[in-house]
Amino acid sequence: MQGRALILGERKDGKLRQVTLEATSAAKKVTSGEVVVLLLGDGSDASTKEMLGAYGADRLLTIEHEALRHYTSDAFMQALRAAVDHVQPEVIVFGHTAIGKDIAPRLAARLGAGLISDVVDIVEKDGVVHFVRPIYAGKAFEERTIEKAPMMFTIRPNNIAPLAESAGRNVQEETLALEIKDLRSMIEEVVKKATSGVDLSEAKIVVSGGRGTKGEEGFKLLYELAEVLGGAVGASRGACDAGYVDYALQIGQTGKVVTPDLYIACGISGAIQHLAGMSASKVIVAINKDPEAPIFQVADYGIVGDMFEVLPPLIEAFKKIKSA
Amino acid sequence: MKIVVLLKQTFDTEEKVVIENGVIKEDGAQFVINPYDEYAVEEAIRIKENGDAEVVVVSYGPARVEDALRKALAMGADRAVLIEADHPVTDEAGVAEVLAKAVEKEAPDLILAGNFSVDNGAGQVAPRVAEILGLNHVGAVTKVTLEGDDVVVERDAEGDLERIRTKLPLLLTAQQGLNDPRYPSLPGIMKAKKKPLDRLTLSDLGLGDISPRTTVTNRYNPPKKEAGEILQGDIATQVETLVKKLREEAKVI
Repeated sequence: MQGRALILGERKDGKLRQVTLEATSAAKKVTSGEVVVLLLGDGSDASTKEMLGAYGADRLLTIEHEALRHYTSDAFMQALRAAVDHVQPEVIVFGHTAIGKDIAPRLAARLGAGLISDVVDIVEKDGVVHFVRPIYAGKAFEERTIEKAPMMFTIRPNNIAPLAESAGRNVQEETLALEIKDLRSMIEEVVKKATSGVDLSEAKIVVSGGRGTKGEEGFKLLYELAEVLGGAVGASRGACDAGYVDYALQIGQTGKVVTPDLYIACGISGAIQHLAGMSASKVIVAINKDPEAPIFQVADYGIVGDMFEVLPPLIEAFKKIKSA
Repeated sequence: MKIVVLLKQTFDTEEKVVIENGVIKEDGAQFVINPYDEYAVEEAIRIKENGDAEVVVVSYGPARVEDALRKALAMGADRAVLIEADHPVTDEAGVAEVLAKAVEKEAPDLILAGNFSVDNGAGQVAPRVAEILGLNHVGAVTKVTLEGDDVVVERDAEGDLERIRTKLPLLLTAQQGLNDPRYPSLPGIMKAKKKPLDRLTLSDLGLGDISPRTTVTNRYNPPKKEAGEILQGDIATQVETLVKKLREEAKVI
């Protein structure tokens, strides 16, 4: 394909999200055309522009508007439609994020287009692009093709590697003016609940706890470990059902699917519905008292022992490394 | 007020998924209401109990889906609609087209659906239905409060909580934590047997063949992960070995 690609870029706390660079890389796998990254809300700064250029974007399109500072489907739809009219893309890529997975289906419906969600790999066979995506939370996979342009897809964070950095590549910058009207949703309040700055689905390291944590006390150790490693904390369904932590942390077929570089499971037995949500992690460590726990069957490294005895020295050991 | 709940029947999450020659084996599998749709059913019934509403559950799928619809009726929904197809299209654009047609006939004030299905997992159908019907939607809600025509919802945005004020008519998708679905009571199960369940075909809805926008070309199970190594020695030794292996062998620290 040679048509243009449009990517809905995302920022968190003013910084470009990694998934946007991954989306740029994904776009390049399906088209040799110009890659345009769309940023909504605030204008962009020099470092964002530089980074987008270095990782393969050709053009940066910004729509600055108060109503786009925070996501609502109404405002984002109006902005995306304006951007699609302006860019005339044949490929449209989103991160499979809170925003991307919510808005991409609406835009696809409006454009009468097919959309492939949660893509983890893109392969070409006999000149046809096949998108690989997990089904049943990773218990199985499927490959799909899209019949006609625009080719729309969302990508799962942490799966498609960004392009190699080529510093100093130039990016054209363009601003689109837009009048936004008839908003039906009004944001009244945003409560930051995520304790660390690292989002669970994008985290490179996830420290996760189950019923074996016995509650708050156990999770305190997990948070400490996650902080030392710069990771995020997750939980099994058992831990959430028991009320130890919020459902927002649940990993599994219900809950979130994560694919970090390192997953440390503490006091988690490994029910099949939990394994579906984490077994595609690159390296898995399991700490559990029960040597028969199914979690050990997917773990690269297992420690049979009480997490309350294992975690304190482990945290100390990592602290030593990090301060060295 | 009329509430429509979009419902899908899925494999129980404790089921293994076995694929033979690209086809998912269904024989012997336990089917349930998609867990996220079950939150939607429960929420609709709670709204009904706190005020006055008719709750209609709508599904598109094979005949076996009747079990899931009967369960929703046993929980307290009033009526069910099954758009029956032996081989429903898998493409989300097609599914949304079918459901939107059925929902349009019902002209509801509020549509509730699950945030995603635990089988296909795309989360596309509900937002697509909202777009086709020209309705506003809010995804992944964990709290719903009706204040006259106003609806105040809390949405889970990657762990952060957003409080949003909007109006009916509206589509909402249910996130985990919204509620704790009830078990149907025995009288509920008895009553459900007599509640109306309409079976429709695509032509009843005025639809011809659905032309999918995407095609599944292959399905397979991932390669089985091999069990790794259980570390040996006392705890201090195991911790030391683990840190060393994560740094030098796995290179993730």
